[in-house]
Amino acid sequence: MAVNLFYFLVFPGLLFSAVVGALLSWFDRKITARVQFRKGPPLLQPFYDFFKLLLVKETILPKQGSPVVFLLAPVFAVFGATTAAVLILLPLLNISSGFRGDLIVIFYLLTIPSFSYVIGSLASGNPLAAVGGSREMKLILSYESTFLLVIAGVIIKASQYFDLNSIITIQHNSRPFIESVSGVILFIVAIFCIQAKLGLVPFDMAEAETEITEGTFIEYSGAPYALIKLTKYIMLFILPAFLTALLLNGFVLKGIGILWAALKILGIVLLLTLIRNTNPRLKIKQAVSFFLVWMNLLAILAIVLAYFGY
Amino acid sequence: MGFKSFCFKKSLWVFHFGGASCNNCDIEILDCLTPRYDLERFGILLVGSIRHADVLLVNGSINMRDRDRLIEIYNQAPKPILVVAIGACGCTGGIFAEGNTFAGPVDKIIPVDAYIPGCPPKPEAIIAGLVKLVNSSNPFKRDK
Repeated sequence: MAVNLFYFLVFPGLLFSAVVGALLSWFDRKITARVQFRKGPPLLQPFYDFFKLLLVKETILPKQGSPVVFLLAPVFAVFGATTAAVLILLPLLNISSGFRGDLIVIFYLLTIPSFSYVIGSLASGNPLAAVGGSREMKLILSYESTFLLVIAGVIIKASQYFDLNSIITIQHNSRPFIESVSGVILFIVAIFCIQAKLGLVPFDMAEAETEITEGTFIEYSGAPYALIKLTKYIMLFILPAFLTALLLNGFVLKGIGILWAALKILGIVLLLTLIRNTNPRLKIKQAVSFFLVWMNLLAILAIVLAYFGY
Repeated sequence: MGFKSFCFKKSLWVFHFGGASCNNCDIEILDCLTPRYDLERFGILLVGSIRHADVLLVNGSINMRDRDRLIEIYNQAPKPILVVAIGACGCTGGIFAEGNTFAGPVDKIIPVDAYIPGCPPKPEAIIAGLVKLVNSSNPFKRDK
């Protein structure tokens, strides 16, 4: 029990993934600044932002709408992200082997933050938040099926093992899955899914700050907004880590392997940042057809290729 | 108080309220975020919602119609909030000070923490004003 609590709260759960995620968020902002020939924020900027929101700012409850649901939604988001972080990082860091079928549990836990944002935005009673919430809902409906197809492709490549630990072990024993045609296609599709899950620029129509002024988060201030920031930091770490486990051979945590593990995560975040900095925001209609038609087609192609062993 | 006010000073998020402005101040404010001046070095970001803001930038002459909006925006902001009046119109009224519809400079309507005069102020002047505001002994004593 104590061990499980330690896993959940300190390592590799809340504290560890939040700190690493905050540093990755600084990396993302710094790269963005360098792409635009600016200097960018200092290293500890995400921590300043988080503690300012948590400790200094006042929390305002919306007059119309439901305050209880409004306040509980960010808490659910943090819980979902942290539980997913524990289930992903325990097999990945080789601490415990997880259980049969934990891929399915991780898939559902990773959707909880997005659903919490939708619930929180609809509970705030703000019309712009309602627009943002409905967009987020459409986005979830479009990218989740694609993400499920990616996971299905990985399961077929791993000769139908359903747990993260066996997938990593199979890659260690032979080759990483990305060294094949279907692996490369699955990686491309997964990168776009992660982009949409994180709400980064081509798919940020739910929070669109110039258009509907932060949409889903418009009414959040103070500590609840700090929890939303915390969820975003954790997601920015665990989604690349999940992709590393699925396609990029996982981590080998000894000697030079630690450096490789860090480089894999940084490389994926760099890719996400560059996509975010070189693309304009799509309309929700375009995003839905992008995922439901093109990305699904690519993923199905990859599954067929994987089935025939390419 | 030390740690809290340190974090607050290190991460000021700015919400921009333009009154009946001639747009010169708006352009100079946007200039501060461009590569040449880059206010994100100090952790300053432009946010879209007043609920996330720590600093309320007000520019332009405030007329009768803007007055109620400005008070409403100020009341909607989570405290502590700093108010900065930018440009001659925001600070004193400028050439509109005796106009028919003029509702008074910003500090007659809501409490103001810093004034940055100029028509329009240069980006350097805006940065200097913000740095002075950040370094002033206790930027949110008014709310205590």
